[in-house]
Amino acid sequence: MMPDGSAAPPTAPPGVGHLRGDRSFPAAAREALGDSQLRRNIGNATGTIRAKRAAVVAEVADWEELREAGRALKADTMARLPELLVQLEANVTAAGGTVHWARDANDANAIVTDIVRATGSDEVVKVKSMATQEIGLNEALADAGIAAIETDLAELIVQLGDDAPSHILVPAIHRNRAEIRDIFLRGMADVDPELTDEPRRLAMAARAHLRAKFLTARVGVSGANFAVADTGTLSVVESEGNGRMCLTLPDTLVTVMGIEKIVPTWRDLEVFLQLLPRSSTGERMNPYTSMWTGVHPGDGPQDVHLVLLDNGRTAALADEIGRQALHCIRCSACLNVCPVYERTGGHAYGSVYPGPIGAILSPQLTGIEDNASLPFASSLCGACYDACPVKINIPEVLVHLRARHVEERRRLRSVPGPEAVAMAAAAWVMAEPTRYAAAQRAARAGRLLARGTPRRIRALPPPLSAWTAARNAPAPPTETFREWWARTRGDGEARS
Amino acid sequence: MKIALFATCLADTLFPDVAKATVRVLERLGHEVVFPQAQTCCGQMHVNTGYQRDALPLVRRYVETFEPHDVIVAPSGSCVGSIRHQHATVARNFGDEDLARRAELVAERTYELSELLVGVLGVDDVGAYFPHRVTYHPTCHSLRMLRVGDNPLRLLRNVRGIDLVELPEADQCCGFGGTFAVKNADTSTAMLTDKMRNVLATRAEVCTAGDASCLMHIDGGLSRLRTGVRTLHLAEILASTAEATP
Repeated sequence: MMPDGSAAPPTAPPGVGHLRGDRSFPAAAREALGDSQLRRNIGNATGTIRAKRAAVVAEVADWEELREAGRALKADTMARLPELLVQLEANVTAAGGTVHWARDANDANAIVTDIVRATGSDEVVKVKSMATQEIGLNEALADAGIAAIETDLAELIVQLGDDAPSHILVPAIHRNRAEIRDIFLRGMADVDPELTDEPRRLAMAARAHLRAKFLTARVGVSGANFAVADTGTLSVVESEGNGRMCLTLPDTLVTVMGIEKIVPTWRDLEVFLQLLPRSSTGERMNPYTSMWTGVHPGDGPQDVHLVLLDNGRTAALADEIGRQALHCIRCSACLNVCPVYERTGGHAYGSVYPGPIGAILSPQLTGIEDNASLPFASSLCGACYDACPVKINIPEVLVHLRARHVEERRRLRSVPGPEAVAMAAAAWVMAEPTRYAAAQRAARAGRLLARGTPRRIRALPPPLSAWTAARNAPAPPTETFREWWARTRGDGEARS
Repeated sequence: MKIALFATCLADTLFPDVAKATVRVLERLGHEVVFPQAQTCCGQMHVNTGYQRDALPLVRRYVETFEPHDVIVAPSGSCVGSIRHQHATVARNFGDEDLARRAELVAERTYELSELLVGVLGVDDVGAYFPHRVTYHPTCHSLRMLRVGDNPLRLLRNVRGIDLVELPEADQCCGFGGTFAVKNADTSTAMLTDKMRNVLATRAEVCTAGDASCLMHIDGGLSRLRTGVRTLHLAEILASTAEATP
């Protein structure tokens, strides 16, 4: 229940889409960490993008002011999202488009399937889109006998490899070019069997494969980077030109967009179109920025649809601290600087939204208990917050979601778990200096476990065995600081 | 100046030399150090693991213990980060606006050691002597929560006899992260491995930092692998003299 007595907004339903993993983050990470090829591929790629981003961000004298402008615009948008959405609907409709409202992934998949069916087509070409990955649109279309063809190079690699995306911007970041050649040789019917792993030849093979699809497809499906409320304009930002093809050549265009992608006015794009390319690909400007407003007779798609997707977003909006996650413009800068992501890759997060932003977004969309390990998949180093172009305080939200998880557990469980007992005991001890000093004396028994010079503990019982599996622990000293002070200085308070 | 020491529970219990060194440096500079004995722990571990309800009495204890003092110092960027950025939030989350306001006022007077020395006391040469090859790891919370900047390096550069060498990829996390090191032990260890590789590449004898917690993690790996590289807290190097080096 919400504070005003109304029912809490629904979260994204299970059983559809890709927001939940089949195991916890630590279990999935363990497997990923054992794959040395994966670690090398991701380390190389994130290192390259990090350096490019740092260079182009350093060129902008008012970068910090731009970030603050981006943050402020997003905060304002979230504060009046309902009215902006209604304004967007009115303007898209006035320009000849059709607006659909989807409560969740199932609604959105059904709406898109019906639109495609009505055209009589059994094939759609797709622009890279996180929202359609989130809801599992390709699978839903396949169930209806409709083939969805990914036209972004990296998405194509993922699709042909029967794989899952592992990065928001570079979905095939976990693959190197030798692996990509093998995927093309296996998955592209029309490929040259002499294909090498030279990047240019790989790109040309994809180009030839896709060109035929662009020219025959009658339906295009996209997401949107931005939707402008006061004009009804939708926008997609991309690098390869495949998006431009999909957005202009088909007769029918369906755009699936999370409700948080809205910006109030046309002018607000000025801020985001500076922040996004520098933060994502490390480019001053992205090669292709497409914008369309409804239908233009005789030019481009004549049947234009917009599907506004909730799928747990309203639930996130209801959390005053957590709602920052909805400010995300999907640039991936936080993934590229994250020391956890760099080592585990994206699949360990179990959701199409990996990395730091995924660790705060996925649990809010699904309900925290369905992704309870994700808020803990961070050392709270804060590199993500510094890199975020709209200043999402990711560490703050991580800590907040951890607390929500613990409170939820407390509510659901009649008997507290071992961690809750240990934490409560530690707090009880530390709340009183006399109890605390007694516990310090008791801890001294730990010296008996220590060996060698310098003295270190090489093995501790669970759960601390997870520490000592690869790391020594310090031996407690013969005298605590408190005891030393009392012995050498007497009562500190007396001197104060 | 009269300065109240918040030793932090970790240094008090496991690394008393860090707190002793903090006292020694400040006294050598002519300041009076007091140790309010009612102090225990800042509660960061509880907050960062999700146990804010349990952290609340620890926040109250910190505020009540240090409220009477004008200047408070702790040899930890992480604990000061928690005091400055989390204490008031925890109090507010449980509806204690009075405690939140008091926590904010105490937090404004609480400094990490290098902040106090360089920023408040205006000192960047503490008259230390430490004739060893040293590399400095900037801990995440001192770097990104407190923005201590190059304060620690300015202090280290003025230490007599020191051979200070730059740590490659210095701003990368060592993988500690409190209970993260246990809950996500494999990922934490992978991060530590890269940190150790960089430390060893400097051929330093000593790796130093402003947080005993991160150093405990780095030492856990360096000692397990018998690298012979020691870890010392920044305070221990700053307290070092020709008569007494750690």
